[in-house]
Amino acid sequence: MELTGAEIIIECLKAEDVDYVFGYPGGAVLHIYDAFYKQDDVQHILVRHEQGATHAADGYARATGKAGVVLVTSGPGATNAVTGIATAYMDSIPMVVITGQVPKHLIGNDAFQEVDSVGITRPVVKHNFLIKDVKDIADTFKKAFYVATTGRPGPVVIDIPKDITAETLDFVYPSEIDMRSYNPTVKGHSRQIKRAIELIQRAERPMVYTGGGVILGNGSEQLRTFVRKLGYPITQTLMGLGAFPASDPLSLGMLGMYGTYEANMGMHHCDTLIAIGARFDDRVTGALEKFCPEAKIIHIDVDPASISKNVKVDVPIVGEVTQVLDAINAQLEQSAEGHNKAAIKKWWAQIDEWRAQDCLKYDRDSGTIKPQFVVEELFKVTRGDAFVTSDVGQHQMFAAQYYGFDKPRRWINSGGLGTMGFGLPAAMGVKLAFPDEEVACITGESSIQMCLQELSTCKQYALPVKIINLNNGYMGMVRQWQEFFYEKRYAMSYFDALPDFVALAEGYGHVGIKVEKPEDVRPALEEAFKQKDRLVFLDFITDREENVYPMIPSGAGLNEMILV
Amino acid sequence: MVYEEDNSETIEMRHIISILLENEAGALSRVAGLFSARAYNIESLTVAPTDDPSLSRMTVVTTGTDEIVEQVCKQLNKLIDVVKVVNLTDDVHVERELILIKVRAENEERDEVKRIVDIFHGHVIDMTDTTYTIEVTGDSEKIDAILKALEQITMLEVVRSGQLGMGRGAKGFV
Repeated sequence: MELTGAEIIIECLKAEDVDYVFGYPGGAVLHIYDAFYKQDDVQHILVRHEQGATHAADGYARATGKAGVVLVTSGPGATNAVTGIATAYMDSIPMVVITGQVPKHLIGNDAFQEVDSVGITRPVVKHNFLIKDVKDIADTFKKAFYVATTGRPGPVVIDIPKDITAETLDFVYPSEIDMRSYNPTVKGHSRQIKRAIELIQRAERPMVYTGGGVILGNGSEQLRTFVRKLGYPITQTLMGLGAFPASDPLSLGMLGMYGTYEANMGMHHCDTLIAIGARFDDRVTGALEKFCPEAKIIHIDVDPASISKNVKVDVPIVGEVTQVLDAINAQLEQSAEGHNKAAIKKWWAQIDEWRAQDCLKYDRDSGTIKPQFVVEELFKVTRGDAFVTSDVGQHQMFAAQYYGFDKPRRWINSGGLGTMGFGLPAAMGVKLAFPDEEVACITGESSIQMCLQELSTCKQYALPVKIINLNNGYMGMVRQWQEFFYEKRYAMSYFDALPDFVALAEGYGHVGIKVEKPEDVRPALEEAFKQKDRLVFLDFITDREENVYPMIPSGAGLNEMILV
Repeated sequence: MVYEEDNSETIEMRHIISILLENEAGALSRVAGLFSARAYNIESLTVAPTDDPSLSRMTVVTTGTDEIVEQVCKQLNKLIDVVKVVNLTDDVHVERELILIKVRAENEERDEVKRIVDIFHGHVIDMTDTTYTIEVTGDSEKIDAILKALEQITMLEVVRSGQLGMGRGAKGFV
């Protein structure tokens, strides 16, 4: 039976086992929306702004590991989606974004709501397609999902002119595809693995440094086996938190600009660095010339371009984290030669000394609500088992530092692009994927206002996420930098007018609670999570000028931290 | 937020890179966009379909430190449309460039220009009463040399193809 292009798109989504599409209609995608109307297999979630659609799909993808799917119209629909696409790109999140396009004969004509979507998105996608023939729809969707979810994942945009969605054709979905130009490396090179094992066993001051790649590659089990077998210290990047349990004594917490003292000192003084699914980002390395001065570096990554990009490594291993770590674990098991137990013991003694600094301590008797305290209480109330999304800034760092994630895919934040406005829509995507789990969005009064309109989407689809608004009346991270580096000239880092967030939440049909005293924090959180079916907006009025510590200023080495 | 300048002192060298890619709309802009987005240099870029019309072969001349050029090749390989990338500079290879020059050639200049063209094994491929259009092929040094030799003559138009490159020996590219 012949189907229209629009119906073929729905069939493709069904074939890819898509359950939710996040989108917003418009002229160029009306045929597709009509096809949505006629079926019940794929549910469409109507957001309030296309940026919200991309972040929601992104949050869904981060929590589930499946590709998030977005549908937006041409022109402004596509441009509004760009921030969300770039956010997914920087954190390597699998996503398929369908953008409507003006009819073929109008392309290049400056038509109404026309924009070169393929051109605009090109630098922020793993790949993109412009479909020019109804015959190509099925093949293109198959390729798009394959490219988005394999190798180093990433967003893929499919731009579809309106006329093509009305043309008809028999639908056949390809069972497999062959792309001669795209063959991600899966297995690590055996000789490199052997070299890595030699270094790992010989290490006297080892450090395991892991990133988001372990989570994206579902390598958490293998990582736990590897680290626990050796008893080596491990530090995780902002994107990697949860791959290895924060509650395990081998974990030194996060490293980098706002990382722990023990993690950063451990990095600086280690003699063997085992980097897994991490990309030596500038927020992690600090000044490159001062980075890990004494270390031999092993780097395991699925993306060859990540290796030796910023930091020259000694043993590169390209492959999927599960495959490579399985191979390493198996060989460590068989290897007669153990590791250097005496040296490792000495190394731990040194690390424990650094740990005793207790770098995450803060003033618990200030009489004000400390943001760190709110996160700690949230951890207790949710038994450390919630999905936590965040926006960007101080609250994001506090969440990363004080909510100890024990499981992968529970900590969902925009690390690479640093997109304010990410948290709330991302929480919607997570809640749709896991309706029975607790989902909290840790945010601030500035970030939350960037995608606030999605409160309305939460109402429509009954998504009872809990919003933890750490309201200090400042763009906290900007203010902190202005305090440190601009002699407290707080240029534009606060709003002279802020909404009444309680009234605002109520206006959208939700519950709002304002919390102004430290002793009210715990009861308010408990009350919020008791209201299983309601979105609760908790507005915590926090210490206005609290800073995130420790901190490494730009241009400094990892051993040059500012401590509280 | 402040980013540190990279002051690593390493030598920038010229590299010639050969790229086989899908002959699809947009493939060229992906390569060009990659160079501009990552602030890599392009000295020249040529592209045309191969004997297999579904593939294009591109030659890019770039300058950079070894580390940067290694990164250029990796990033090129990462593009979904790219089938193969080879840095020809690593091995023995041949390079050719074609130049077309339209010069003013009147009176005694006509003989002088003709002599120069012969010396460079070029051809005059079009003429008028007052001009010659010259074609010369060679490596970029030779092309630079003929431009220098013609310096005294009024050049009306110059167009260079950019470098083409191919590895020496019996081995093919794919």
